[in-house]
Amino acid sequence: MTQPLPPHVEVAGLTKRFGSFTALDDVSIRFAPGCFHALLGENGAGKSTLVKCLMGYHQPDGGSVAVDGREIGIANPRTAHALGLGMVYQHFTLVPSMTVAENLYVGRDLLPQVIDWRSARAEIDAFMTRMPFRVPVDARAEELSAGEKQKVEILKQLFHGRRFLILDEPTSVLTPQEAEDMLGLLAGMAKTKALSVLLITHKMREVLAFADEVTVLRRGRQVTGGAVADFNAASLAESMVGATAFEATTKRDGARKGGEEVLEVVDLTADGDRGNRALAGVSLTVRAGEILGIAGVSGNGQRELVDVLCGQRHATGGVVAVDGEPYHARRGEMRDHRVGILPEEPMRNGCVRTMTVAENLGLHTFDRPPIARGGFWIDHHVLREKAKALIARFNIRTQGPDAPVTSLSGGNVQRLVLARELDRAPRLMIAANPCFGLDVAAVAAIHDELVAARNRGAAILLLSEDLDELLALSDRIAVMFGGRLVYETGIETADVGALGRHMAGDGAEAA
Amino acid sequence: MESSLTELGWLTVPLAVLSGAIRVGTPFLFVSLGECLTERSGRINISLEGTLVMGAMTGYGTAYLTGSPWLGVLAAACAGALLGGMHSLLCSRPGVDHIAAGIALMLFATGIAFFFGKPLIQPRAPQLPDLPLGFWSDLNVVQANLRINPLFVIGVLVAPVMWWAFNNTRWGLYLRTVGDSAEAARALGLGVNGTRAMATMIGGFFAGIGGAFLSLSYPGIWNEGLSSGQGLMAVVLVIFARWHPVRCLWAALLFGGASALAPALQSVGISSGYHLITAAPYLLTLILMIVTSSPERSLRGAPAELALNRTD
Ligand SMILES: Nc1ncnc2c1ncn2[C@@H]1O[C@H](COP(=O)(O)OP(=O)(O)OP(=O)(O)O)[C@@H](O)[C@H]1O
Ligand SMILES: [Mg+2]
Repeated sequence: MTQPLPPHVEVAGLTKRFGSFTALDDVSIRFAPGCFHALLGENGAGKSTLVKCLMGYHQPDGGSVAVDGREIGIANPRTAHALGLGMVYQHFTLVPSMTVAENLYVGRDLLPQVIDWRSARAEIDAFMTRMPFRVPVDARAEELSAGEKQKVEILKQLFHGRRFLILDEPTSVLTPQEAEDMLGLLAGMAKTKALSVLLITHKMREVLAFADEVTVLRRGRQVTGGAVADFNAASLAESMVGATAFEATTKRDGARKGGEEVLEVVDLTADGDRGNRALAGVSLTVRAGEILGIAGVSGNGQRELVDVLCGQRHATGGVVAVDGEPYHARRGEMRDHRVGILPEEPMRNGCVRTMTVAENLGLHTFDRPPIARGGFWIDHHVLREKAKALIARFNIRTQGPDAPVTSLSGGNVQRLVLARELDRAPRLMIAANPCFGLDVAAVAAIHDELVAARNRGAAILLLSEDLDELLALSDRIAVMFGGRLVYETGIETADVGALGRHMAGDGAEAA
Repeated sequence: MESSLTELGWLTVPLAVLSGAIRVGTPFLFVSLGECLTERSGRINISLEGTLVMGAMTGYGTAYLTGSPWLGVLAAACAGALLGGMHSLLCSRPGVDHIAAGIALMLFATGIAFFFGKPLIQPRAPQLPDLPLGFWSDLNVVQANLRINPLFVIGVLVAPVMWWAFNNTRWGLYLRTVGDSAEAARALGLGVNGTRAMATMIGGFFAGIGGAFLSLSYPGIWNEGLSSGQGLMAVVLVIFARWHPVRCLWAALLFGGASALAPALQSVGISSGYHLITAAPYLLTLILMIVTSSPERSLRGAPAELALNRTD
């Protein structure tokens, strides 16, 4: 069967404004069939806005989109789908209560009036066997970890046979191996001209290894672009932010083995959403002035552990203590012990969608002086001023403290939550994938902040699926597998091979 | 009633409760099916109480004027759909809250129905014929209690069909998508407002049928006290049924049965605590809600969009 070529897509002079703010300013790019194009830019540069205009999710205020040589007004994602354009959005767009199978199927352009689930299921199963990764087809989307959701999003597009695939930071929550496999698969399909790929990412490694063309945006403007071969990591990074230094500069100052125990978890058990035993007896200790890194493939209990520690899930057994006192993640306890939490999917778990940036920044402090006058009257002026200070200090790109939090770009939501949590000068910081979706400069800034907090004596529990990040920041690394910590090592003796084996569950044989 | 006691003895009570469950449960069934459908699209239509009254009036009036009770049912359903359409029209304006719109519309519909219903209090409209499902018995009491209204049978059929449609039709999947994640729906290119409008109208259609039952089933009269909050109770009922149409059927029967308990007991001579037992359905709801909810999980099956403070 010879497949038709992917569409030839061209944008010319594309401009998009939100009110008086220009998010996208006169951008022109050509995507030849079978290209693997990378779109780079710092948080808030306009990358998502550009591709949303392509998908008909936003209407551009100027410029045009042409598909196969014809200028086309894409009024609606359905028009885009009909043209073969498909997108994996930065925020998940799965229907939470539907199963994976239903989610895969509902996006069909020609969904039959009555669905024959038996044949649909056969089709899905056959499709799954050709894919490089597995997902539980009968689980509901809301029960999946972020990594699994991301896989389903990608599978969904491939399942629908979209030939121009837009991926908005698809690999942030995949393990390096999964990301390699997936991008390798897509790059292979692009080589045979079965697919065009437009990839938004912050990882230079991925751009250099897989993409053949690149465009860099800065504050809505197209600053450079061309064949990837003409660039290197440093030159790309420089054109993104207009500076060259993004190595985290704060170094861990000496091991602090002697710090007192801040977080102590003993034999913690908890159930997952499916009633399964997600935590099967986790014990760990984090001391003042150290970073304990937890490595592991997503779905091994990390999410449930963070849920319990931030009060979103009840433990079925075990003890959690902070500073030697029992801890149940109540608001008062978090305040008294200065516990900061950066959860996974911060827009969903750490923000109130209907509130403004300033209100979201003030979620911990709005009921205390100086914001709450006399303890009950909220002084919006102070709230706003405090928000402005945080916006400046953490470099949050927003139209102002009164902008709705939903108008922030993905990376800036992350910064907002981190700003709020670090502002409390935490004694215990729990961070789950803190750099999910951040640009290089922001990653460096956040790593700096975390290490600085550690150097000031904070105890930090860092859960991450990015081994490089863990190796760079942690004092100790533990591996989580099947709801338990199965391996632990000091940073001096950490070895990528051994960690990888334990993450894959081969620890028993290796030991 | 005297004779029934002699014929069946204590068995009269369960029989009367069953028939009462069906009789009282039928309007509950239709309103809750309508509400279930609407809520699955991510919107609450609290005005169904008004729709019920409107449906009762329209159905009765049409049956009286045309002589056909079935035309009355159809007219009531259409009036319900029309009210549903008005509700979605209100809700599609930016900044309109669906609860507030529902309350306004409920008062409006009730008022209109009372106004146009004034001349209908005297005349007698033809009733819907009952199905004599007690034909196999020669006991009068069995025959009397098993005269089932055909609308109940229709409702019993609609419930599983609706459930099937939620899971197996394009329309059902789209409805659930819109109700669960407006963002996902937009990414699919589905019109959120249009889908919700459709669901609200069909929901109103069913509630209208429930209204027609109130005035066109035995004893077949129209007055202003026909509905006593069934439309509002339906909102609770749907939560209790966890947004599942077949469970709506059981819930409606349970509710109807609880309401029929007091009269049934009275028919065998137990009348102490009559008023307390009348409150049984409400107590039942409260108890069931408390027992079945859990701090661990959000209510299973709750359409996620219902939880959001939506202004779009
Ligand atoms: N709906 C909206 N209303 C107002 N402003 C918006 C809206 N969507 C995006 N913006 C603004 O437009 C700018 C570009 O946002 P965009 O989401 O395209 O950034 P991005 O390049 O994808 O960043 P990130 O890497 O953080 O995802 C941001 O400053 C953002 O605040
Ligand atoms: Mg983005």
